[in-house]
Amino acid sequence: MSFRTEHEIHRRRFGRNLGVGLTLVAFIAIVFGLTVVKVTNVGPIQGFDHVVRPELMPAEEGGN
Amino acid sequence: MSDATINHGGTGPRNAASVPAGPGVKEAGFGDYVALLKPRVMSLVVFTALVGLLVAPVGVHPFVGMSAILFIALGAGASGALNMWWDADIDAVMKRTQGRPVPAGLVEPGEALAVGLALSGIAVVMLALASNLLAAGLLAFTIFFYAVVYSMWLKRSTPQNIVIGGAAGAFPPMIGWAVATGGVGIESLLMFAIIFMWTPPHFWALALFMKEDYHKAGVPMLTVTHGRPATRTHILVYTVLLVPFAIGAGFTSIGGPVYLALSAMLNLGFLIGAWRIWRRDEAMAEADGYRVEKQVFRFSLYYLFLHFAAFLVEAALRSPAGGV
Repeated sequence: MSFRTEHEIHRRRFGRNLGVGLTLVAFIAIVFGLTVVKVTNVGPIQGFDHVVRPELMPAEEGGN
Repeated sequence: MSDATINHGGTGPRNAASVPAGPGVKEAGFGDYVALLKPRVMSLVVFTALVGLLVAPVGVHPFVGMSAILFIALGAGASGALNMWWDADIDAVMKRTQGRPVPAGLVEPGEALAVGLALSGIAVVMLALASNLLAAGLLAFTIFFYAVVYSMWLKRSTPQNIVIGGAAGAFPPMIGWAVATGGVGIESLLMFAIIFMWTPPHFWALALFMKEDYHKAGVPMLTVTHGRPATRTHILVYTVLLVPFAIGAGFTSIGGPVYLALSAMLNLGFLIGAWRIWRRDEAMAEADGYRVEKQVFRFSLYYLFLHFAAFLVEAALRSPAGGV
């Protein structure tokens, strides 16, 4: 049983809502992707405070 | 759009079925909001910013680069929405712009303003997080320059509007370069200069054969304020001034023999076109339906695209995989 007649305006509003929804999903994906890239490419940091830990640097060979 | 256009409840005098359907319905779809962002301008911004990013001597992670280009494009789109909000009155007068969402009544001016401001903030903050503060600062300045300096101030007050306003369109390759390098170099300044100097002859050629539109809207285009012979002279002068920047870029780290050969041919073609426009008068132009002006306008589009494409070719040849 149909409660409401489907109308052109409903179709446009649905399209608009779908567009906004997909845009938000894409935005979340981009922020997540950027976070992964930044965290994995930033070098010798520890995850809990993002502070550089010299002790995590590879030991220098030789030297004087 | 407005909720007044439809009655959701069944108790009111109008239900959904009673609202007239078809082209007369003033209800914006998602595409109308996308149109606020001037997608065609965005495509040029994406291309030039991408070139600025790819020809830079420093590489960036592909995902960071892609995100940065997206946010640069979003910032450009936001400034387009702000422009449509401010210029709704003259857009409604000009045939070329009458179908835009605000003058067409699909999007309310306040909505265009809100979309423009919100997207500007998102684009600048996200570009800062994705790349660096210089790139984000340049993007913020570009939006400010296009929306405030060009749209609100220069466009209606001086016939030099195109000259100075052209800077807004010239920033994207500089921003792309800044995303990669974190700085500004002679190369990015020359890419800026090429677009900056190219813009006036490109738009004045358009203004010569779209004269009624600008005249009706009262926009002080050079054709209206100084006359058409003066505009023809300006096209030639700016084209001559453009040449050293375009050729000069070929002698920097982003240029090379392929770029120089192509640039020499394109600049010769543009100069000949500008010379032909300068030699003509209105009677000659009217007689053949502005054939030369239209040719030069079309050529100018290829001129810019091919210059930036040549930068990409040179970058590909320099890369370890593309070299010999």
